Amino acid sequence: MNFSIYDFTSFNQWIDKFLFDNLPAFWAIVVEMTIIGLVVLLFYALVGLFLVYAERKVCAFMQNRVGPNRVGPYGFFQTIADLFKLLMKELVYIKNADRLLFNIAPFIVIIASFMAIAAIPFAKGLHAIDFDIGILYVIAVSSLGVVGILLAGWSSNNKYSLIGAMRSGAQIVSYELSVGLSLITIIILAGTMQFSAIVEGQANGWFIFKGHIPAFIAFIVFLISSTAETNRGPFDLAEAESELTAGFHTEYSGIKFAFFFLAEYMNMFIVASIAATVFWGGWMPFHVGGWAGFNHIMDFIPPLVWYFGKTFFIIWIMMWIKWTFPRLRIDQLLTLEWKYLLPINLVNILIMAFIVLMGWHF
Amino acid sequence: MKEIINLPVKNVEEEEYHINMGPQHPSTHGVLRLVVSLQGEIVKSLKPHCGYIHRGIEKMCEKDTYPQIIHLTDRMDYLSAHINNHAVCMLVEKALEVEVPERVTYIRTIIDELNRIASHQLWWCSFGMDMGGLTCFFYGLRDREKILDIFEESFGSRLLHSYYTPGGLMMDIHPDFQKNVKAFIKYFRKKIKDYDDLLTGNIIMQLRTKGVGILTKEDAISYGVTGPSGRASGFACDVRKHHPYGVYDKTEFKEILGTKGDTFERYMMRMHEMLESMKIIEQLIDNIPAGDYKAKMKAVIKLPAGEYFQRVEAARGELGVYVVSDGNKSPYRMKFRSPNFSNLSVLDHISRGCKIADLVAIGGSLDYVIPDIDR
Repeated sequence: MNFSIYDFTSFNQWIDKFLFDNLPAFWAIVVEMTIIGLVVLLFYALVGLFLVYAERKVCAFMQNRVGPNRVGPYGFFQTIADLFKLLMKELVYIKNADRLLFNIAPFIVIIASFMAIAAIPFAKGLHAIDFDIGILYVIAVSSLGVVGILLAGWSSNNKYSLIGAMRSGAQIVSYELSVGLSLITIIILAGTMQFSAIVEGQANGWFIFKGHIPAFIAFIVFLISSTAETNRGPFDLAEAESELTAGFHTEYSGIKFAFFFLAEYMNMFIVASIAATVFWGGWMPFHVGGWAGFNHIMDFIPPLVWYFGKTFFIIWIMMWIKWTFPRLRIDQLLTLEWKYLLPINLVNILIMAFIVLMGWHF
Repeated sequence: MKEIINLPVKNVEEEEYHINMGPQHPSTHGVLRLVVSLQGEIVKSLKPHCGYIHRGIEKMCEKDTYPQIIHLTDRMDYLSAHINNHAVCMLVEKALEVEVPERVTYIRTIIDELNRIASHQLWWCSFGMDMGGLTCFFYGLRDREKILDIFEESFGSRLLHSYYTPGGLMMDIHPDFQKNVKAFIKYFRKKIKDYDDLLTGNIIMQLRTKGVGILTKEDAISYGVTGPSGRASGFACDVRKHHPYGVYDKTEFKEILGTKGDTFERYMMRMHEMLESMKIIEQLIDNIPAGDYKAKMKAVIKLPAGEYFQRVEAARGELGVYVVSDGNKSPYRMKFRSPNFSNLSVLDHISRGCKIADLVAIGGSLDYVIPDIDR
């Protein structure tokens, strides 16, 4: 077996070969799928818990507080303790609520984000599935979450929930456009929708540097619209606690609330990973064309470190924005998208197409 | 089948629905209940339902002695407790024609202004939180803590002080009082810039508050909206300026008047007022005359029969105390004209036609304290 932290392809192939050698083909696939499912699930839960902890610490430092510091070293196990609390809490059922939809909603939200994580490349050869339409798949799947939010708002039989869900629906449908268009800008530059190919394409320079100003504009637009799409930061109108108490998840308790909570953080992680992969080179180390020695040193840093470093940096920016800005109003939110971001995006795509056509990019 | 067809067709677009904001709701800052009629996101009308924290303070006053009443006034607008105490103390002093020592008036004025700053700091916290900027809450509370520390050092309590008594003060100020107040002013002058950086200058905040919830001067006068909210509409209503008490006539400060009367103006009024209060304190803090901290009073205070009225400028507006005395040691009738009650009454008028989010912002800018509304 040939294992290296720089390339997981051989490791994966070795497991694949081992299973197919020792089991019938059907069972080998079943076992493989189970392993991948479990690994992704575990990863999902761990990252979710870590992000909740990270947000609490980041926001505490921004607010002159200490944050969780009692459970475990630096309060590291606080979120795990919270998870157990949520697991043991009673699930309250509301009178006149649509029981079926009410129960399904949190699962739809969490499945949407769970599916999106499968396409993300964490390192060379370390992804669950490598589509040739990877970006399209992620956009499609991650926007499924809005169905869950709408169902939650509708089935709760609560006016606050309903207002929150309607806001969220309008918001996500609008900002989905900007997310897609800003990614298309980079697809034009990369010439592919496959995540692994996009990352490989950045071997001699990340797209944010290669793509001149349009790539940078696309990144800013993506950051804004993805923050809105994940219902976070200044765009958290769906759960605006000072207006709608808790918005669409007002009536949820216990582990179902935790699902919404976890899904929110995982959506943030997915969005940050896509930004890191598409704009900042994913797991690709920082390379400067022509500087062989420098590039060689950068190659020694494992891809996972690069990947998580970039992702968490973008997550940190999103947290920074959230804990600094007040919330927008619904009409201002839609104005921002339809009057500013969308035209900027469309012009940006044209400029990018022109640059690629003329071969002006690096 | 025929019946179904003949059912009246409701236009869903124009149908109004009601939501209860409160009694438990994060943006009502207490147990206020607003029944809001909405059409989609737009507020059509709203009805405030008061009384969830009604304790009958005015009735309780009728069997309490005047020094006891002071403790009840703390519990009305708990964020400007000193100023409420001041009103009752001055009323009793005026009725008995007691000359309070000059030291007392100086200390009372300084502490009133400190209280006003503390109150506005807490308003800034909660306004930021209403707008969705949670970080504001902690910045404001951090600085308010400094004032509460000064209060605690001098007279032991942090929220409900009951420091003033008819004729003077409970006890003299702490020897470090002047030093600490000066240190606080120096500290807060720097920190108030953070407030501007974090919230005032923020584009989202300005977009959400400018031109929202406009209260005209005429409406402000006819609804009796006083304090910073009234002054934002251009209604010159500062009791400190027009009916000076304490040593306000000896100090220089501006009565800042707004012109637009929108939410942003109301916000800016309070920000300016904090600066003005600091100016007042700076003028007085070095000049506190030596002397007694209490005038000689009789053991049992009995007001001569008659009617008395005293008003002060509380942090949220004009607080009036009206007493009818029949010569006994407790008042025959007592009535508080609380600023928050009048300020709340205008909420329906100015929030019609705006969005739910605007309603929260307007509510935050009117800065109501519920126990003062219900009393």
